[in-house]
Amino acid sequence: MSVSGVQGEERSDFTAAESKQIRARSLRLLASLARPMRAKLALTLGVVVVSTVALVAGPAIIAYGIDTGLPALLRGNAVPLIGAVAIYLVAGVAGALLIAWYTVLTARIGQAILLDLRKRVFLHTQRLSLEFHERYTSGRIIARQTSDLDAIRELLDSGINQLVQGALYMTLVAVALVSLDFRSGLVLCAFLLPLATLTRWFQVRSRQRFRETRVASAGLIVQFVETMTGIRAVKAFRKEPQNARTFAALTETYRATNARVIQLFGVFEPGLLLIGNVALAVVLLLGGLRVADGSLAIGVLLAALLYTRQFFAPAEEMAMFYNSYQSAASALEKISGVLEETPGVPDPQDPIDLWQARGKLDFANVEFGYSAQTLILPRLALKIPAGQVVALVGATGAGKSTLAKLIARFYDPSHGQVLLDDVDLRRLHPKDLRRAIVMVTQEAYLFSGTVAENIALGKPDATREEIIAAATAVGAHGFIQALPDAYDSEVNKRGGRVSAGQRQLISFARAFLANPAVLILDEATASLDIPSERLVQEALTTLLAGRTALIIAHRLSTVAIADRVLVMESGRIVEDGTPRELISGTGRFAKLHAAWRDSLV
Amino acid sequence: MTVPSSPKAESARPKIGTAASLFRLYPFVKPALPRIAFGALSALVAALVALSIPQVLRHLVDGALQQGDATQLGWPVALVLLLGVLEAGMIWLRRWFVLQPGTHVEAAMRNALYQRLQQLPVSFHDRWPSGQLLSRAMSDLNQIRRWISFGIVLLVVNMLTIVIGLVFLLAINVWLGLLFVVCSIPLWIYGYLFEQKYSVVARRSQDQAGDLATSVEEAVHGIRVLKAFGRGSHALRKFAGQAEDLRGTEIEKARAIAGIWLWLLLVPDVTFALCLLGGVWLASLDELTVGQLVAFFATATVLRFPVESIGFLLSMTFDTRTAADRYFEVLDEPNTITDPAQPDPARPDPARPDPAQPESTRPLPSGQSLGRFTFDRVHFRYPDSLPQHADLLDGIELELVPGETMALVGITGSGKSTLTALASRLYDVTGGAIRLDGVDIRMLPLKCLRTQVAMAFEDATLFSASVRENVLLGRPEATEGELTKALMIAQAHFVFELPEGLDTMVGEEGLSLSGGQRQRLALARAVASAPRVLVLDDPLSALDVNTESLVQAALRRDLAATTTLVVAHRPSTVMLADRVALLEGGRITALGTHSELLAQNEHYRFVISSLQDEEARDARERRADERERQSRKQQSLEQQSRERISHRGEK
Repeated sequence: MSVSGVQGEERSDFTAAESKQIRARSLRLLASLARPMRAKLALTLGVVVVSTVALVAGPAIIAYGIDTGLPALLRGNAVPLIGAVAIYLVAGVAGALLIAWYTVLTARIGQAILLDLRKRVFLHTQRLSLEFHERYTSGRIIARQTSDLDAIRELLDSGINQLVQGALYMTLVAVALVSLDFRSGLVLCAFLLPLATLTRWFQVRSRQRFRETRVASAGLIVQFVETMTGIRAVKAFRKEPQNARTFAALTETYRATNARVIQLFGVFEPGLLLIGNVALAVVLLLGGLRVADGSLAIGVLLAALLYTRQFFAPAEEMAMFYNSYQSAASALEKISGVLEETPGVPDPQDPIDLWQARGKLDFANVEFGYSAQTLILPRLALKIPAGQVVALVGATGAGKSTLAKLIARFYDPSHGQVLLDDVDLRRLHPKDLRRAIVMVTQEAYLFSGTVAENIALGKPDATREEIIAAATAVGAHGFIQALPDAYDSEVNKRGGRVSAGQRQLISFARAFLANPAVLILDEATASLDIPSERLVQEALTTLLAGRTALIIAHRLSTVAIADRVLVMESGRIVEDGTPRELISGTGRFAKLHAAWRDSLV
Repeated sequence: MTVPSSPKAESARPKIGTAASLFRLYPFVKPALPRIAFGALSALVAALVALSIPQVLRHLVDGALQQGDATQLGWPVALVLLLGVLEAGMIWLRRWFVLQPGTHVEAAMRNALYQRLQQLPVSFHDRWPSGQLLSRAMSDLNQIRRWISFGIVLLVVNMLTIVIGLVFLLAINVWLGLLFVVCSIPLWIYGYLFEQKYSVVARRSQDQAGDLATSVEEAVHGIRVLKAFGRGSHALRKFAGQAEDLRGTEIEKARAIAGIWLWLLLVPDVTFALCLLGGVWLASLDELTVGQLVAFFATATVLRFPVESIGFLLSMTFDTRTAADRYFEVLDEPNTITDPAQPDPARPDPARPDPAQPESTRPLPSGQSLGRFTFDRVHFRYPDSLPQHADLLDGIELELVPGETMALVGITGSGKSTLTALASRLYDVTGGAIRLDGVDIRMLPLKCLRTQVAMAFEDATLFSASVRENVLLGRPEATEGELTKALMIAQAHFVFELPEGLDTMVGEEGLSLSGGQRQRLALARAVASAPRVLVLDDPLSALDVNTESLVQAALRRDLAATTTLVVAHRPSTVMLADRVALLEGGRITALGTHSELLAQNEHYRFVISSLQDEEARDARERRADERERQSRKQQSLEQQSRERISHRGEK
């Protein structure tokens, strides 16, 4: 089983090799994030080293004050004491100032890294194919970009501070102790072994546990998002109790996995403290014996004790760091997995520019299937000359939408080529592709923001006049004017306040504003009432002039404006001709058309 | 309905103190309180133990070490070891006590939020972006959990430790102790100032994070549109702008934290330096033994961590306070659509279920007309509509007799969908009443109402579950036969060809279906719940003509006894209805059979009939055909087509 990309991300039982592969991937990501920060990182490191030295100097100065300053003062010489106090003051003030500076510096670095990562993930998910989105589900993508990034933010916020400062502090304390009293230093070093063992135990155990929490929290988010997006259906069908049960179960799983993590921590922290306190007693015993026989000054013993105590203090903080590190590391594993996914519909390496598309479409032996077993389009050859309006007719599941999605390059064909003006879509510059080909679907999604902003999505630099003109052309101007703030009205979440038909009109306006050479309408008039549809139809006759268009519609009224009708069945084109030819024939379309005519009044 | 409040009413938020804000967590924390108290107690004992180690040192230094007597070393060292082990044990106890309650409190709060969100009316969800809700359910509750099992315990214990430590210091030497206390005063002042500054930034940062989550969600849900227009980079710019703002806020936050760090480090260091000066001086005057001096510094060192941690714990507390505020903002939202406090006692209520009997076995009250559905002077306006605008629904008078199928017709935006949403109280009327068999639907328990009124939306939502579960959502106890029948009525035969048939997973987490397939499943769901009143909001828009007419025939045949209100855009859907109501300007302006309205009502013809367009087009085509016929002589075919047209014209 492979673990590349997002595969196997729900598992937590990786083999050693898989773990290594995933870790290497996370590290590569981390390194690439840190690289632009090199200079700042170096500065920060310098600041933290100096500030920690200042902090560590404390006990040694106190020892000097007691052992040298006190006898000198008794002899009437205050200079050593005053000197010690002055050095202590300078070290303390410098240390505090530097640490405050350091806090701001790390925040800058952390936030810069986070911003970089946010943008990368956002951009990458936008690049990934629809096929990926459908398979991976929106809830998981949202989880990656919210709770997983939160975990990394926490690490960057405080974790890194704790790690760098803690590790440095421990090292410097050990160095200070060894130079102050060699033997006490040796005692401390002897206690490094149990410390390392305990830390290793915690590390191995917690990694797996933290992975479990990531999976559990993603599950929770998926359920949450699904409920909130489908709240109308939830209410209408009284799904609330069932949902509450499902959610409670997911919450419990998340709670239990979280609790298991904290449990590990509950052993680790007192373990650290125990090691530290035993070390303290040993240092006291050995040091006390030497003080008793006069070979060690009392001040030095005090300093040794203070250092020993301080040596283990950051160990606890470092354990906290481990907490956030582990959760961030597993988050990073998941994120790096998403980033590792190669877009199923990749941007061309060496793009061909197409400044002025004419709109000639060509399907050259195209085959398409979502998987090898299910072939949706078997061997399709089709030429659509520039400027032709083609209606695509056929029963649900005949492959009409698939054909449309291939033209919009939501998918790439499994075999053969789709060409626009004789250029393979896969080689066309993405900007030119999107400018030339626009697709309007039945599901008209509106983004939060104003009506004008939503229309302007078709052409971000459009003036207000252009926006109004587009809206007027599709007959949306009337209802938009009636909204509370007209074009500046906020469309609510998922277009809550705008009816389905109005949403479609807005997305129509969006498409017309984009002014593409090829326009694909996939059931784009399904929610419109007849007067609106009539308006759109009228608009279409003028707007489609000189444009290639592909119209998929169940309502055959749309077909009337087409130059050509293609009837599809199980992925094949079974009839092809002008509407008039086909209507007057005896084929499938003639039957469909007759049935539709009967349904009219 | 209340005036909507913005999700981020920063300025309008009544100013309550941090303590009062956090105290609102009490009901959730209450069951965990004993364990948390024991945890705090353990932590306190641990702190006392840590503080008593220096006292042993003092005796050691002034006794055995001063006298150079190595034999007296044994017991004090053993005592230090014992105390050390005890401290570790107490910390272990603290962890053990507070581990469980924190996670339980978090889980309980999360479930409470989720349930509240499910209860809150659709108008609430229209207003609140779900990213903001998600960030409350995840990040904010995480924050609260950590504070409960860690922050509050340590805050209390560390404060106590500092106070007790000060007492110890005073006991060692009054002057040195006083010096220590006086030097700490700036810390307390700064801590107070810090709160003022920090809590504002913390709140802003959390709100911005919520907005960011909303953008993420929209970019993911609207991925098809963004791809179709190649606007990924446009969305990225907006997202990046928000992320930049958040970064700015976070750095501002870091500056505030750096400020308190500065003081928390500076003050003890200066204090230590002054105490060193004073201590050695006092020792030189024989006011203080060397052992006391050692004990003083050892004690002060023990106090260092608690003092330093106060800054971190304070910022954590303020973060938690904003998290709690954000959480309770949602929980405090008034739920305007609730079960009646007292189901109407005056009127006999045939619809009220007998609570003792499970729904499935409850017999329908007989001998009464069932499924009479009345709109009685119904008014409705959205809470945010402008005052000068008339109500969207401005006095709807409509009565559906039992078993009748009523089509609702009107132009886009006339309020048809809104009217259907009122039927199962997704919104409440703002005037008048809707009655089911004469009972105001607001007097019915919601569960009961929604059992009897089933809906299918145009925007068909499927949940991550099997086909079977999705269809049986409204009536899980339905038999296999009823399930199959509902699927047949909705012409959803395709489900049997899915990889795992009825057990195939669909929705977000499963197989993605086409729009038409989803609509058919949503329709089957409405049918399967066997309601008395079926409300269909243009449920067939994504179906092709053949399938649509099959569905209609099936609905007519099999649901003859069910009262049906169907929003129609197409003449073919209207044909299904016994009567048609025309919605215009917020009122029902015409009511009658399709042919009556077609004959009498100009607006109705405008809304529903595309025949004029067709005739005009046909005329054009005929002229073209005429010419073509002369040249090609395809007489018989043309004749046929024309006959059909003229035949239709006579109708």
